[in-house]
Amino acid sequence: MKEELIIAGFGGQGVLSMGKILAYSGIMQDQEVSWMPSYGPEMRGGTANVTVILSDERISSPILQEFDTAIILNQQSLDKFEHSVKPGGVLLYDPNGITHTPTRKDISVYKIAATEEAAKMGNAKVFNMIVLGSYLKIKPLVKLENVVKGLQKSLPERTHKLIPMNEQAILRGMEIVEKCA
Amino acid sequence: MTVEEIIKPENLTYKKSPLLTDAPMHYCPGCSHGTVHKILAEVLEDLNAQENSIGITPVGCSVLLYNYIDIDWIEAAHGRAPAVATAAKRLYPNKHIFAYQGDGDLAAIGTGEIIHTCNRGDNVTIIFINNGIYGMTGGQMAPTTLLGMPTATTPYGRDPKLNGYPFKVSEIMAQLPGTGYVTRQAVHTPGAVRQARKALKKAFEKAYAGKGTSFIEIVATCSSGWKLSPVDSNKWMTENMFPFYPLGDLKDVE
Amino acid sequence: MRELRLMKGNEVIAEAAIRSGCDAYFGYPITPQSEVMETLMELRPWEATGMVVLQAESETASINMVYGGASCGKRCMTSSSSPGISLMAEGISYLAGAELPALIVNVSRGGPGLGTIQPSQADYFQATKGGGHGDYHLIVLAPAAVQEMHDFVFLGFDLAFKYRNPVMILADGVIGQMMEKVELAPQRPRWTDEEVVQLNGSWAVTGKKNRDRHIITSVELDSLKFENFNKKLVEKYAKVREQEVRYEETLCDDAEYLIVAYGTSARIGQKAMELLRTEGIKAGLFRPITLYPFPEKELAARSKQLKGILTVELSAGQMIEDVKLSVGHQLHVEHYGRMGGMIYTPNEITDAFKKMINR
Repeated sequence: MKEELIIAGFGGQGVLSMGKILAYSGIMQDQEVSWMPSYGPEMRGGTANVTVILSDERISSPILQEFDTAIILNQQSLDKFEHSVKPGGVLLYDPNGITHTPTRKDISVYKIAATEEAAKMGNAKVFNMIVLGSYLKIKPLVKLENVVKGLQKSLPERTHKLIPMNEQAILRGMEIVEKCA
Repeated sequence: MTVEEIIKPENLTYKKSPLLTDAPMHYCPGCSHGTVHKILAEVLEDLNAQENSIGITPVGCSVLLYNYIDIDWIEAAHGRAPAVATAAKRLYPNKHIFAYQGDGDLAAIGTGEIIHTCNRGDNVTIIFINNGIYGMTGGQMAPTTLLGMPTATTPYGRDPKLNGYPFKVSEIMAQLPGTGYVTRQAVHTPGAVRQARKALKKAFEKAYAGKGTSFIEIVATCSSGWKLSPVDSNKWMTENMFPFYPLGDLKDVE
Repeated sequence: MRELRLMKGNEVIAEAAIRSGCDAYFGYPITPQSEVMETLMELRPWEATGMVVLQAESETASINMVYGGASCGKRCMTSSSSPGISLMAEGISYLAGAELPALIVNVSRGGPGLGTIQPSQADYFQATKGGGHGDYHLIVLAPAAVQEMHDFVFLGFDLAFKYRNPVMILADGVIGQMMEKVELAPQRPRWTDEEVVQLNGSWAVTGKKNRDRHIITSVELDSLKFENFNKKLVEKYAKVREQEVRYEETLCDDAEYLIVAYGTSARIGQKAMELLRTEGIKAGLFRPITLYPFPEKELAARSKQLKGILTVELSAGQMIEDVKLSVGHQLHVEHYGRMGGMIYTPNEITDAFKKMINR
């Protein structure tokens, strides 16, 4: 198994922490992982993206041009990364703020209304966990129990009481993800 | 009475500190370094610190200080002795750590290190030799050169428009909360030497006791650089240096 | 039980420093490696192991604090990024000149000048050919994974004390900022003061007790004596070249062409090699792990079967000089690089590779 994934959106959407939780979940089931963010001034209020690789074997390049999956959380990132999905790959996006929807026909496109759902749940912070849930529904690469372990590892102790809420958000994301025609 | 009869322990009135080595000093006649080295060796002996001290030598005339006093030494890069001393003290908090620096090393190239060491209050002793000139490189202007004073790079005398003003280092160090003891001394008369020795011992004791950085400035002569005889150097220093760099304690925190 | 963590390269430097029994870290913040000191300050190792962590007023002060601490016979280190390492160059030369062991980490960024905070490998010359003045060499380790950032802290200290010579870990912004799985070593106790005397007491300043005084210095005004000292260093470096070469070969046995790359570029280059192999091109990867000593004999031996080499560096081409010196002028050696903080993708490398083959 090898999954090459990019998560891209605005800074503050939890892009990096979502990647981190996924990477930690991979470690919990004995996979090799890498997490490579964009960094520096471009992260100050602008776009943020992170490349996450999960693999059963040693990982070569942490920097990639093509991805098995792209998780896209704003229009700029869609414009930038739609063409980086490998033919036959997956593009998952949140329609919030998207004016030009994906056009490629050689990939599977999924939609997750995570911004809307997080607002309904009354907690904007679980947004990225809803997205993570929808991704895991499409690609069940890590078990939910290992995601919970990943959350325990990557969140500070004082926030561990919030883990059940995050778990709920993941399950909700799994429920509401839609495949686009 | 024969010579043998005279040379007896009970007749001993003065002796060289055993911490001073037998290496002949390389300093010019009339230079203050030798006297300061002597009282430094005596103070280390008084404090029983030979086995428990590390000295840091500078770049400048006193670079070879390690040849003259029988303790462990580190020779630092130009101006960096206080940083070296900081590390040694943090790693050996129960040792006497001191740096010995001239006015080029401490007050020009090493200004950053001395200010921040004193401002952190690292419990080290800094011995600052201020003779208002660069001795080793051949008598060029120092930050502490007096106005009007001729040097190799101020042949017509130091002009503030061209060269700025003489730098009162001890006054600045006394302002910093990290210093516990700041004093200015000289070694031009037997009385001054006794006083400087007392101050130096106090500086070591206070730093060792964790009272912050001890900073002891010695206003010193440089007969070669000043182009004066040793006797005239002392006279010139008394008349010109002391009014601008007055002797005495600037700060003594209990 | 193995202790596995997901960590950034910079964070793992801090964690490994503590676990390696490091006595002191002195540093000054600079992007992209400020997490090293931030992590140390958060972990407060002075409570657990007694390790000193101090934010100095400059890189100049940092390296001279390392000099002071190393003189004391203790395990001391600093970390910085390219412009900061330039400021430290004087102190590094003094460390080499006084034969002091120390660990210096460069998480390099693009230059010259203030340059960019994005990743780069343009400090190869500085790290391997000098940087400071005088006839000296650093032992230079180039990690290509976060795990190696961890392992090379231990190795770096061990080599530094074995040869009484400063060691540099030459990383870059990618390795510093990326997270990977790391297996952490158990805590190695710091040396006690008695152990420092026992192990390093033949040269370190520990207080003159029951022996002649020790003087840590790099000055010697007698030219003949200093030439003899220079000769001693030359012998030391010859021994280092003989004993400490480290490198890694991947799919080289049947290779007709090689990618030679270190650090991050070796990772990206490996992916490029995998892509080339799927197209039936017999490409291999040769990764120097020690940049000094450079694996020249090993690369020369491998070159006999080759038709060409592509060196891949995030620079205008620096390591390529050592590659050419190793394989001689009979073999075609070509450089492919990006600069200014730009990073190539594996596909860019495969394109450059195919151009080379077709030339």
